[in-house]
Amino acid sequence: MNIPVDLKYTEDHEWLRRDGDEAIVGITDFAQGELGDVVFIEIETKGEKLSKGDIFGTVEAVKTVSDLFMPVSGEVIEVNEALNDKPELVNKDPYGEGWMIKIKVSDPKEADNLLSADDYKKMVNA
Amino acid sequence: MKVTALNGIHKRSGAKMVEFAGFEMPVEYSGIIDEHMTVRRSAGIFDVSHMGEFWIRGSGALDLINQISSNDPSVLKSGMAQYTCMPNGRGGIVDDLLVYCFDAEKYLLVVNASNTEKDREWILSHNSFNAVFDDVSSEISQIAVQGPDAVKVLQKLTDINLSGVRSYHFITGAIAGIDDVVISATGYTGAGGFELYIKNRDAVSVWEAIANAGMQYGIKPAGLGARDTLRLEMGYCLYGNDIDDTTSPLEAGLGWITKFNNDRKFVDRHFLEMQKSEGVKRKLRGFIIEGKGIPRKGYNIINSDGEITGRVTSGTISPVLKKGIGMGYIAADHSSTGTKIFIEIRKKAIPAEIVKMPFV
Repeated sequence: MNIPVDLKYTEDHEWLRRDGDEAIVGITDFAQGELGDVVFIEIETKGEKLSKGDIFGTVEAVKTVSDLFMPVSGEVIEVNEALNDKPELVNKDPYGEGWMIKIKVSDPKEADNLLSADDYKKMVNA
Repeated sequence: MKVTALNGIHKRSGAKMVEFAGFEMPVEYSGIIDEHMTVRRSAGIFDVSHMGEFWIRGSGALDLINQISSNDPSVLKSGMAQYTCMPNGRGGIVDDLLVYCFDAEKYLLVVNASNTEKDREWILSHNSFNAVFDDVSSEISQIAVQGPDAVKVLQKLTDINLSGVRSYHFITGAIAGIDDVVISATGYTGAGGFELYIKNRDAVSVWEAIANAGMQYGIKPAGLGARDTLRLEMGYCLYGNDIDDTTSPLEAGLGWITKFNNDRKFVDRHFLEMQKSEGVKRKLRGFIIEGKGIPRKGYNIINSDGEITGRVTSGTISPVLKKGIGMGYIAADHSSTGTKIFIEIRKKAIPAEIVKMPFV
């Protein structure tokens, strides 16, 4: 299972890649594997300021639907529009083309409290 | 947790395994959509050994089945199978099942895994006919080979002329070098094909023979996930979702397997006759979502005034239509085909339309 060491993780299986005061968010390889075929992503929070743990969208797989949670507080400044036509990118490339949102991070310190790759690996018993 | 004789094969092929009806079963291998489309276009192979099987034999066998069955088993000739359900005496359904007629005094009942124990108790409690009942669920494996190429795949493994086995008929014979396999032209996918009943000890060799024979057709193993999306595209009921102890066969659109002919006596006959003449208050209907959104079990069905008129019992995305499809009970006066409805998905009313099933 792919768990890149340079990312931060949540217990809800999101990942976060920091870039200055911005960050990219998606779901992990483990999460996409558990969901199975992703068929539809609904994110309607662009422009909204959300708190850590708030729902920023939902991901629909064939068998199930799952909420997506903010790893840290911030404003949703961009949504990956490519997922509208190709939701399967989340399965094929969860850490790359399957990214979900870009956020402007409110408090950079919050990200320090997220799980490291090692912590996350232990959590999912990979 | 119970396992089927094919458990090792599933795990070696990398299947995602889940608990279902007390069994560890494969939910998917290559992905639900890929498996689904493979079955629609060529062929898929399913392990459905969790299903329950009961023999009912003896001079009272037909009388017992007639008593518990909504459909009329007396029309069955040797080599025929019949879909039916067992009314529960309270206007609901104990289970839906297949009845195979081997001869006038020998029948095989194939029931849902989740209901095997309940069904056994139910049938035994109605056996005032001295029929011989034998639960062989743990001895029999069931492999379904489904899809337009299924017959070609299996034909390579048997001398029996499989194209001669008509829908809802079966034959017992040798396949893949194994004798006495029940080869049944039935299935739960609408894609055509066969269901094979085999002794547990032969399951692995039959599975492997089918996988090899099917290679040239691109056969793939398919799990319970694809089984569910395939049956839903056909509008087939799933016990526990679309039918249960609180739904009547007539509400569920199973009037076609509820037979009142020949003055036959069966559980709930009077209730069902009354319900038929008075009309049901709710009907199981299929609907297609317009635009995005996937209906799920338990979601509300609402009308244009925002009133709740029903509830979703099954839903998914149709891999063929690439749209959300579902079934649900809807108040009879709001249930006509073509009616515009809304499915409440995460507090939003998503437009949908009631359509005739099957969906594809």
